[in-house]
Amino acid sequence: MTTPPMRPKRKNPVLRTPQVNLPPGARGRVALGLTAAASEGRFELQTCEDCGAVQYPPRESCARCLSDSLRWRRHGGAGCLLTSTMLRHSNDLFFRERLPWRIGVVQLDAGPPVIVHLHGRVGDAPARVRVGARLDRSGQAVLIGVPEEETVEMADDPKLREMTSDPRFRNVLVTDGKTAIGQAIVKAMVDAGAERIWVGIADPWKKLPGFERIAALPQVSPVPLDLSDGRSVDELAGEIGGKVDIVVNDAEVHRTFGISSRRGTDAARAEMDINYFGALRLAQAFGPALRARAADGIAHATAWVNLLSIYALSNFPPHGTFSASKAAAFSLAQCLRAEMRPAGIRVVNVFPGPIDDEWNQNLPPPKLAPSALAAAIVRALRDGVEDVYPGEVAQEWLERWRENPKVLERELSTPGH
Amino acid sequence: MTDIRSRDPGLLGALVSALAGGRIRVVDLTQALAPEFPQIALPPEMGQCWPFRIEEISRYDERGPAWYWNNFSCGEHTGTHFDAPIHWISGRDLPDNSVDTIPVRHFVAPACVIDCSAQAAADPDYLLTVADIEAFEAAHGRIPGGAWVLMRTDWSRRTDPEAYQNFDETGQHTPGPGAEAVRFLVEQRQVLGFGSEAIGTDAGQGYHLQPPYPCHYFMHGAGRYGLQCLTNLDQLPPVGALLICAPLKIRKGSGSPLRVLALVEEPGR
Amino acid sequence: MQPRTRRGYEGVAVATPVTVPYQRFSTRGAHWFIGRALLALLRESGLSKEDVDGLIVSSFTLAPDTAVGVTQHLGLSPRWLDHVPTGGASGVMALRRAARAVQAGDAEVVACIGADTNHVDSFRHSLGSFSDFARDASYPYGAGGPNSVFAMVTAHYMRTYGARREDFGRIAVDQRANAARNPNALLRKPLTLDEYMAARPVAEPIHLFDCVMPCAGAEAFLVTSESRARAMGVPHALVLGAIERHNAFAEDPVMVRGGWRVDRDDLYTQAGARPGDIDFVQTYDDYPVIVMMQFEDLGFCEKGEGPEFVRAHRMTHDADFPNNTGGGQLSGGQAGAAGGFLGLTEAIRQLTGAAGERAVRDARLGLVGGFGMVTYDRCLCTGAVILGRAA
Repeated sequence: MTTPPMRPKRKNPVLRTPQVNLPPGARGRVALGLTAAASEGRFELQTCEDCGAVQYPPRESCARCLSDSLRWRRHGGAGCLLTSTMLRHSNDLFFRERLPWRIGVVQLDAGPPVIVHLHGRVGDAPARVRVGARLDRSGQAVLIGVPEEETVEMADDPKLREMTSDPRFRNVLVTDGKTAIGQAIVKAMVDAGAERIWVGIADPWKKLPGFERIAALPQVSPVPLDLSDGRSVDELAGEIGGKVDIVVNDAEVHRTFGISSRRGTDAARAEMDINYFGALRLAQAFGPALRARAADGIAHATAWVNLLSIYALSNFPPHGTFSASKAAAFSLAQCLRAEMRPAGIRVVNVFPGPIDDEWNQNLPPPKLAPSALAAAIVRALRDGVEDVYPGEVAQEWLERWRENPKVLERELSTPGH
Repeated sequence: MTDIRSRDPGLLGALVSALAGGRIRVVDLTQALAPEFPQIALPPEMGQCWPFRIEEISRYDERGPAWYWNNFSCGEHTGTHFDAPIHWISGRDLPDNSVDTIPVRHFVAPACVIDCSAQAAADPDYLLTVADIEAFEAAHGRIPGGAWVLMRTDWSRRTDPEAYQNFDETGQHTPGPGAEAVRFLVEQRQVLGFGSEAIGTDAGQGYHLQPPYPCHYFMHGAGRYGLQCLTNLDQLPPVGALLICAPLKIRKGSGSPLRVLALVEEPGR
Repeated sequence: MQPRTRRGYEGVAVATPVTVPYQRFSTRGAHWFIGRALLALLRESGLSKEDVDGLIVSSFTLAPDTAVGVTQHLGLSPRWLDHVPTGGASGVMALRRAARAVQAGDAEVVACIGADTNHVDSFRHSLGSFSDFARDASYPYGAGGPNSVFAMVTAHYMRTYGARREDFGRIAVDQRANAARNPNALLRKPLTLDEYMAARPVAEPIHLFDCVMPCAGAEAFLVTSESRARAMGVPHALVLGAIERHNAFAEDPVMVRGGWRVDRDDLYTQAGARPGDIDFVQTYDDYPVIVMMQFEDLGFCEKGEGPEFVRAHRMTHDADFPNNTGGGQLSGGQAGAAGGFLGLTEAIRQLTGAAGERAVRDARLGLVGGFGMVTYDRCLCTGAVILGRAA
């Protein structure tokens, strides 16, 4: 049984705001491989490289031949639902609050039987289903069965909606509206059905193209926000922090200098002051209210999006100080994720390659259009994914980095690469 | 021992009692340093002047139980500030051209205030002309050498930063001196320096004058000084005010935020 | 090379079945229940503590202690010691190990004790760390316990073999009738099939009376040589055969059969008996579907004939197929690991004339099932014992 989300009613201010309970979050180290893949939106299982047996639950040695050459591989998840139950009782607080809850056992075509959450559109056993992996409210991977032939939205199942951060009916803060990226994100949020979008403007006296058009949309409210000014951040948090459901921190300073191509540290400082310290100020000011409202009704506080850069993984020397500031921001974002996860807030880190904007004017294509970046962010929120590498360059660099980061480092330091 | 009261107070003593008695008033010509006050904005590929930023160290709390104090940061040219000759390329080689080497007697000097408020209200790009100076002198007498010339535009009444900066797609539109007027003041009147209420001593569109930024170019090229983001110029008489403006003693500094005070004699007291 | 024949359990006796009365909740620790059980064993047997030279314990709530800590806690110096952390299979497995020790002379008298306390929050603590696979692949899916797994097993069984809820209800109702005559059972109020059917759902198709009630308590018995038991003058039963099997039928995507099936022929061969010779069964009854599977897998009917079987037989102590003659765990309560010993103590009572008003007439042979350690989708341990009346 599924219903698309409806606009929530106004909250009764006299009632206590419910606090969040999380589903069981403990996982062994090997099992975290499932979470690592689901973080990027993939369903992976271990396959024995010696005998081919697919393993579940995740383990250290092949259950068939004892080999330890178990490799995580992507799976389509097709299988047959063999049996299911509707839980009407649970000792677990999270599920207790959400009863009744349906789970089932699916035998994957790939071999093992798996226990899964069942999307409301799955019929009685026996039934063909497709199993995927999603991050649940604890930020750990769980398996979900959906009907094999249909494309379904997670958000349409009220039980599974919490695994996503669908912008629909939610209030969003986009921290910088002056750039093409920021404006594209605002537009994408409007199209995704956000209730209200506050968009930050640092220097209102600078006239910037495109902003008037965005500011004129009925859902959009420009607000003063300068991430280099702690008071500005604190004041805005005091004013709207208690209402923000999704924070999208797209504010960044991007210059195109390495070390010796620019004397002095002022450009690098400006990058760090926004890209790193700005993120810190924002997290200190807006974090507590988001955490407190993680269970506040259907459109509860749900996600924090950091616009990082694929350069955060491996320094791109022509934009060397920018890369370093994004690396710092990435590390901080991991810290933020650790602090937000216990509160059930998803921290989404986005690592685009070069955007098609003025700072990458001299880089050859492929470059990511701001609208494509914005679409990737909305998709990630809808899918409950937490690490996003949008665009071909980002995907390619990620692959090279994972394969051998040292090789990537050397290649990036070769001029003309 | 002689009774102090019976000693001749001298000039400074007379100044003290004039201040105490209200015959001389102290006027604050300084904007408050605050994060929202705009700073000069250059094209993004250039180095930028820091805006004013302030962060608490502690406020009678766990970071410092009995005290409140802050760290702040800003550029030399943030807020109401002083420009030294070394600030401009035309003054780079002059002697005593940085804030720490300027002869300190220059920090106390008379000021002439030329009222262009009506013209600036009608035209944000208004440029002070030689004719304006001549008209001023016809009414108030010749501008003395070694005096500040301040261009009153009431621009400081624009408390909204957007209106204060007055940007459009072609840049900033704020009033300032024309090139000829600057040359006149430097060459014909040997003024000490030029002061304005807007973000710079030059007009917002000063880049397009000949030479670009003529006030900076000629003033600093002649070893003179600049003051900007002034306020309350409407409280000063056209002549007769005494400005006290001492920038921070920053070694080899090109300028600094400072407190600009004017001593004004109250008529008939 | 000739395959080795497996040794029987000749000369092994089980004696002095002891129950420390169950309580729904207790502030005592597991050590207390173990201590009470040991004291009762000594009182029933007339032995002193020093006479007991072997100890085997099963308990969840004993942690972080194991049987080792118990020796110092209770002042024992056994020469044979074991800890069997296998829940509902631990009674059968304890008996098998103790029997071999006695046969080999490694110990003379082994105290076999299954005990657990039950604090108000015991359930939550014990679940959180039950097994790696449960943590990784089951708890995140909602039930916080085995109910969801066995609900799915039950649903699958019903779909595959046409069992109906009423069939499982018969098992629960007859066990409850047996419990009425068991002073130790916590639930003795008669249960009708209508009440069973109308009970609130827990995890469909499992309802309230399909689930055991966790409680605190202990079950224990002594394993010794037949000659020693006679010398002690204690009533005792003989071990005629015993099997165990772990992670059986791993290839079944959903459990439809248990490990008993693999070795049941060996069990009956050891005992020199056939299913028809068995006078009563004490099946492991965490859920009625598992009881039904034991009927099939231990040879009383074919796989899938369980529903038909329960429709065709009555299972009270005085009927044609006595099952869980003391009420089992479904009516007695599940005192943690003691649930794995409950069937054995009841069987010993039935075979030594100590079953009071619920005695199975002329009981000579009894079969006890063990089953336990649910990981993420099934229980891994199974075992079974055939006990016989001493001459």
